[in-house]
Formats: sequence, C-alpha cells, structure tokens
Amino acid sequence: MRLKGLVRKEFLQIVRDPSSIAIAFVMPIFLLVLFGYGVSLDADRLPVALVAEEPSPDTADFFASLEGSHYFSTTHALTQAEAEQALRRGEVNAIAHLRADFAERLRGPDGAPIQVILNGVDANTARLTQGYVEGAWGNWLARRAASRGQELATPVKLEQRIWFNPEVKSRNFLVPGLVAIIMTLIGTLLTALVMAREWERGTMEALLVTPASMTEVLLGKLIAYFTLGTGGMLLTVGMAVFLFEVPLRGSFWVLWVCASLFLLAALGMGLTISTLARSQFVAGQIAIIGTFLPAFLLSGFLFDIDSMPAMVQNITHIIVARYFVSIVQTLFLAGDVWAVVLPNAAALALMAAIFLAITWRKSRKRLE
Amino acid sequence: MASQAPILVATDLAKAFTAGGRHTQALDGVSFAIRPGVVTGLIGPDGAGKTTLMRLAAGLLIPDAGAIRVLGLDATQDSLAVQAALGYMPQRFGLYEDLTVQENLDLYADLQGVPKAARAERYGELMHMTGLAPFTRRLAGRLSGGMKQKLGLACTLVRAPRLLLLDEPTVGVDPVSRRELWAIVDRLVKGEGMSVLLSTAYLDEAERCNEVVLLHEGKVLDQGPPSAMSGRMAGRTWAVTVPGRRHRDVQAELEGQSGVVDALVQGDHVRLVTGSVAMSEELTGMPGLEGARIESVPPRFEDVFIDMLRSSSGGTEPRDGKYLPTPALPVNGEGENPSPEGGGRRREFCEHVPPPPKPACCAKMAVDGWEGENSGISASIPPSPVCGEPVIQVDNLRRRFGNFWAVDGVSFQVNRGEIFGLLGANGAGKSTTFRMLCGLLPASSGSLRVAGLDLRHAAAAARARIGYMSQKFSLYGNLSVAQNLDFFASAYGLSNMPRRERQAWALAEFELEKYADQLSGDLSLGYKQRLAMACALMHRPEILFLDEPTSGVDPLARREFWRRINALARGGVTVLVTTHFMEEAEYCDRLAIMAAGRILAMDEPAAVKAGARAEGNPSPSMEDAFIRLVEAGEAKELAA
Repeated sequence: MRLKGLVRKEFLQIVRDPSSIAIAFVMPIFLLVLFGYGVSLDADRLPVALVAEEPSPDTADFFASLEGSHYFSTTHALTQAEAEQALRRGEVNAIAHLRADFAERLRGPDGAPIQVILNGVDANTARLTQGYVEGAWGNWLARRAASRGQELATPVKLEQRIWFNPEVKSRNFLVPGLVAIIMTLIGTLLTALVMAREWERGTMEALLVTPASMTEVLLGKLIAYFTLGTGGMLLTVGMAVFLFEVPLRGSFWVLWVCASLFLLAALGMGLTISTLARSQFVAGQIAIIGTFLPAFLLSGFLFDIDSMPAMVQNITHIIVARYFVSIVQTLFLAGDVWAVVLPNAAALALMAAIFLAITWRKSRKRLE
Repeated sequence: MASQAPILVATDLAKAFTAGGRHTQALDGVSFAIRPGVVTGLIGPDGAGKTTLMRLAAGLLIPDAGAIRVLGLDATQDSLAVQAALGYMPQRFGLYEDLTVQENLDLYADLQGVPKAARAERYGELMHMTGLAPFTRRLAGRLSGGMKQKLGLACTLVRAPRLLLLDEPTVGVDPVSRRELWAIVDRLVKGEGMSVLLSTAYLDEAERCNEVVLLHEGKVLDQGPPSAMSGRMAGRTWAVTVPGRRHRDVQAELEGQSGVVDALVQGDHVRLVTGSVAMSEELTGMPGLEGARIESVPPRFEDVFIDMLRSSSGGTEPRDGKYLPTPALPVNGEGENPSPEGGGRRREFCEHVPPPPKPACCAKMAVDGWEGENSGISASIPPSPVCGEPVIQVDNLRRRFGNFWAVDGVSFQVNRGEIFGLLGANGAGKSTTFRMLCGLLPASSGSLRVAGLDLRHAAAAARARIGYMSQKFSLYGNLSVAQNLDFFASAYGLSNMPRRERQAWALAEFELEKYADQLSGDLSLGYKQRLAMACALMHRPEILFLDEPTSGVDPLARREFWRRINALARGGVTVLVTTHFMEEAEYCDRLAIMAAGRILAMDEPAAVKAGARAEGNPSPSMEDAFIRLVEAGEAKELAA
C-alpha cells in the first residue's frame, strides 16, 4: 500500500509538473529532430571557390565536374586574391586554384598540379573537403583517360564496399546513439532534480517520519522513473525506425534488456547525486557536467572513441553511456553481435549495481 | 494512572552542527520531560534549538550526547517504531504542491497504512476540523498560507498519533488562521486526549500552552506552567503615561535605568517591567516619571522571558551592561533631575539629532473617516505626535500582477520624523507597496511622492534620499562586515573621505568593531540585522524603509533594534516599517492595517485597538483588532 501510494504520487507529479514533461518528452523530441534532420556529419554542399588563372576548355571541364557534384557548392572567382578574400570572410571553405599553365602541363609527362587551399579552423570539415576535392580530381583524371581509350596508370585498383551503413548516412549512426542521451536525461538529470526538490521543499522530511522505509521511498522513485525512461526509449526507437528509417537489424528484445540495464545505471547515478546534493541547482549542475556532457562527448555518440587520445580513451571507460552507445549502434546497424553486446551489457550491469549500492548505503532515514 | 508517565523525556541532550567552518552548538545539555494529554510549548527565539530538538524527537537526527525517549522508546535506536507512533509536522510541512488536497491526504494515508475502510470517516473529520472540505480538489500549491498549514496538520493526523510534534506551525500564518490552528490543537488535546509538543517563537503563544519549556541558545531556561512563570512577575508590571510627553521619549528615558527590566511603548501607554516588586507610588520617584499616571497591569509571558534573559547570561548582548538583575529601585526623592535629553546616559544614536520635538503638535491627520468613529476615546491619549510636513504622499496607489491586484487603491501620508507601520499577514500587499515607494516597482496607477519627488519622474533622485532594508537582509555573505559597509557607501556615491568616516561611525554605532573583518555570512541573525541597517544608513537617508526587519530575531535584539529606530525618528528621520508582529505595531506612531491589497484601518495604535472594543472584550489586543477588521472586510466583500 505504501509503495503503491508513493508510485502513484510520483506519476501525478510527473503529469502535473511542466519541467518533468519538458525533460522527459519535449527535450527528446527536440534532440531527435535536431539530430535526425539538422545536424549531420556528412559533408554536403561544401562551399568552394574556383580560380582559373587562364580559363580553357580543360579548366572548364574540371570545374564542371565539381559543379555537378552534390558535395560541393561552387563559386567562381576571377583572381586568387578575390578567392582568398572570400575564404577570409568565411564564404567558402576551400579554394581550388588552377595555374595559368594548367592546360599545357596537363598534356606534359608529369601532369598538372592543382592547388587546394583549405580553411583549417574546422579541422574535420577541412579534412573532408580535402578528401572530396582529391577524390573529384582523381575521378576527373580517370574519366579523362577513359574517354581517350587509355587506362590510368594506377598500381592498385580500389574497390570499396561499405558495410552496415552502405549509404554512409551519419543519421543512421547518430539517431540510435540518441537513445543513450535521452535515457541519461530522464534517468539521471530528472531523477536527481526531483529528489533534490523533495529535500528543498521539505517534503522529504515529512516522508522520513512516516512508517515508509527509505527503501520504499527509493523504490517509488525507481519504479516511476524507470517507467518514464522506458517510455523515452520506446519513443526514440520508434521515431528512429519509423520516422528516420534507421534500420534495426538486431533483436528488439535484446535492445530492451540492454536499455533496462542502462536505465538502472542512469537512475543509480541520479539517486547517488541526490544523496550528495540537496538543492536542485547543485544537483542539476552535477548531473549535466558529470553525466550528460560526458554521455554526449565521450560515449562515442558523436566522436569516435578509437580516434581519441589514449588518455581520453581511458577516461571513457568510466562513462556508463559509452557501453550502451556501443550496444545500440551495433544492434541497430550490425545486428545481434554477441561479442559486442555481452561484454558491454555486463559492464552496464556492474555499473548499475555499483551506483544502486552507493545510493542504498548513503540513504539513511536521517537528516544527516 | 499509567498514562501519567512522561511521554517524552530528554536527558542531557547535546547536538552541534558544523557548516562552512562555523560550529554551532544547537543543543547543550538539555533535559526535560513532558506530560501526556496536554499541550507543551517549546518556546524560544530563532536559533534556540527548537527544530533540532523536534528532529531528535522524531529520530531524524542522532544526538552527540544524551538520550531522548519518546513514548517509552529510544528515539535514536528505535526510530522506526517511534516514527510509526508519533505525528510530526516539520516547519515547512512537506505538502506536494502539485497534488490536490485529496491526493495529499491519500498519499499520507497510504504511507501511514490507514485502512481503506476507515478513511472516509477520518477524512470527513479532518476536513470538517480544518474547514478544507470545499477545497479537496484544489492543488495544494494554490492554497493560502494558513490553509496549507491546516492541510499539513490534517496530513499529519490521518492516523491519530499518540504524540503530535508541531514545529513552528504558526510562523507566517495570518492571525485568523493562527487562531484556527490553535482551536484545532485544543480540540485534539481535549477531545482525543492527544499529547502535543509545539514549538513557537511567538512568546504570546506560550499562554495558550498547559506547560512551557523555555529554550534559549540551546539551553533550557525554565519549565513549568506559563501562569506560574508569569506569576513570578506579579507586582512588577506597569502601564505608565506621562501627560504631555511622548511615549517614545518616556520609554527612552526609562530604559537603561537600573531596576528597569523592560520598557515598551504599548499604544496609549508605556509598559514598564521593574526588577523587583514595587508600589506604584515608589515608581513616581524615578527620573522621567514625575506626575506620571502609573497603573499595575497583569504580567505577560514575554516579561518572564526578557527578565530571564537579562538576568541569566545578560541576554544576547546587553547594551552598556547595565541590565542588572538587582532590585535597586530608586525610592522617592532620588532622581529629581530629569535630563531633558531623555536617557542622557545613553549615547545618542545619530550625530544629527536635534533636541526632541515639542510634544505639542499640529492637528491629527484626518483619515478616511476612520478617525471619526473613535474620536471619543482619544481624550485620554496625549496629543498626537504627528507633525511636520508630509514627506510621503500616496494617493490611490494600485499595482496589478496579471489579473490580480496586489495593491488596490491605497492612500496615506507620512510626516517627517514619524514612525509609520504597515501591518498585515503575508500576501496583504505590504512588500509590494514598499517596493513601489522605493521606486523598485512601477505603480499601475495612482500617485506617489517621496521626499517631495514624484517617483514616476525622479525615481533615482528619490532613491538617493531613502534607505531600504529588505526582508532578507541583502548583504554579501562572502564579504566582510567592513567590505559590505564600504560597498553600500560607494553604491550610494559617497566619496573616499566621507565613506571612511561613515564606516567608522557605523562600526562604532552598531557595535560592530569586533566583527569588522568577519564574513557577514557568519554573523548571527541579530548582527546581520544590525549590519543591514547600518548599510541602509550609510548615505544618511531622510526616509528609512524597513521591510519585516525583525522577523526571526530574538526579543532582546528586537528591542535593541527598535531603540535605534526610535532614536532615528527623534533625529528627524521618517521611518516606514512593515511587520506581521502585532506587538510591534504598538511601537509605531501610526499604523495602517492591510489585507488583500487594501487599507482596512489607519490610525494611532490605541485608536485602532479601541475600534475593536466590544461587549465581551473591553480592552482588545492588536490581534483582536486585526481579526475584527479582516472579518468585517470579508463580510463587506460578501455583501457586495
């Protein structure tokens, strides 16, 4: 009866409190739409300035190959100086510069060089742009050779096959990872906030003197926010599969079990924070800096862990979200790969156990 | 009877807290026992250790030393069993504001394991008792302060406990709800045989308890029935009027004399508490009391408390160390040398104090017809101190928040050197009025002139001439006392030299020298209040606004504070003060009683009280008057 009363209370509060609704439903939808439609790690329509010191049919042909590609959005500049100004103003990311002797040297034995100047401020984009321009250059040369009936002399021929995400859509990789972010929001941030609110408003003191045990109080929170977190998971997975058409290759039930483990760990973190911080402000700060931002940046959701410096890679091992992100990305794009799922799931279970145990030990039916 | 065994026994309880490097001994060797079946009051100012004691009794804290046994169980060892048997209402009761009244009740019924079958009947009783029956579907957050408190009590009572612990249930509650809460407590004790331990900082509530434990700075000062305690003060309490002199001046002269424990302005007289039993004829010989009319009045509980504080440790901080408990009353013949300055031994508070204004005074302000009804009684009252030109003129002031009128047509005038009080419960519109007067909040309509300046056009210029001390003492806790003073002085544009002078003045005048380098956040409440007042006075304002300046400070610090206010007023500073302490209203020259954004009455305190005179109540208190006015206001509203 006591537990039922507590759980009912939690749900009534969730329904009536605009901030819970905002964190549990509005934020996830916002993030999904943002990452599903807005943010993309793919390079598309990169602005490039094209300069030919002496326009000729050859330069026009090469430029046409860039103009025709959806990877670039081109502008023609009459002089190198003009192009450099555009680069300085940030209007273009790169300059493709063809010298006056382009056409002449193209026919020479060594071929013609092109100059590519990149805006290296955003290193990621710069590298992508570089790769795309080089690729376009290679293609153009190959096409040119083919049209003359020659084979371009390359020692090795590259045949690419892209597995798991053949269209190389970053959406397919970002949206599943969002499940982890959203569950961190609900499980940790929201839970830490509502616990701190009970302390702040003095409701906790009133609960403590009732016959309800601390275990019941904690279980009441756990049940309510576990349900809410599962709801967030279903919402995200549903939108990922049906709206954004991300393939779910693995088993939904494996996903469910792993998500539950992760949710327990996230709730454990939220409750642990609330035993440390009894004001909403501090709890919110700790939850965001200690769990949400790391889940965003260090979990492999946005940035690949393997390409991080070794020290940072070591740090990621204590980020709970990391294990889950790896599971979700595998389940969505590769399928039930047990070699990935099982060790990560074990890590999640261990972390859930640790955080819940800390909460248990730290929560006393006392005010000190 | 077995039930006569004490229901709660504390033995040598001690509890200390350390926060931010500051060590506080909340309880220090507290021992007492309370009887079952009665209301025991745990009485003491804020910081006395009341809440700590309550929490120890509820098993929420572990004592550093000693033990507390509740209902025969050790509250620390068997806290679960104790919690199951008692009802505890914390100071800020844990109502879930986003749950309705009914849902809150259901939750606590679930938690307390009240069987479903028994609920309907219990809910009915509780709702009837608290008068909340019409509001069961309303969200708890939308209830008024008094109603919230009653709902909190109802939730604590869903399962009738044997012992009920109430931690300051009447704080911040309007007088009407306060009476209702007390009626409920009485009924629980008399009707259901419940034992109640109730803590309060309002000393007048002690008289409603069967037994009282007096707590101060973590120690028990005394225990016993309140009547027995105040009985000790019999023959030592007097009402004094000196024809032709202002009460405030009489009080200033009396206070600090040896043999005087307490002197307070009480509307139409000065209330004097002497150090020993005396005859009224003897008193007329005291300096300042020549030709005075002196009547014996019944003692009050507060007299006991003040007497005890002054005679024990010398209280919080005795001024000049002059409050000797010795019954050294001057006898006739002595002291025929009244100093014209009044209390000449005391250092004057402000350097710019002119000689006290002549008591002869201009005509009283006529106020909205309220005057007329009571003019009959003012014959015995000395001439009104109201004089000087008006420095604050408020005409039909209104302020709206959304579709709610926080201040709804308020008009009044305050004259130079006057102490004007705004009295009202939380939410009556006092603070909103204040913020408009200080130019912090624009008025929705009406006119406002402060120090001859229209606040609509010259808010900044007006602000340079006013000092404002806010409810929460807006000090920088991580700056030292001296740094705070310096900052506020520079914020008001004082240049280097006068700033240093003024700072030295403030440190000396408010006796803060010792603490100049201490962080202001670490000061005790009474000292924080002094510092806040000093900060508000750095630029020598003509008008001083004090918003609930004394809430939470102990009675001695409160007296000290009012002594400063009086000295300021004597120096020609106009003082506006809001308060919800009924007795403080008596210290004002004039006061306005506010409720729901309107002024219900405005007059001298004595006249306001006289307005509530009724057949069964020939000498009503300020609280009686307040309640009567609020009820009359509500009745008018209903009729309209």
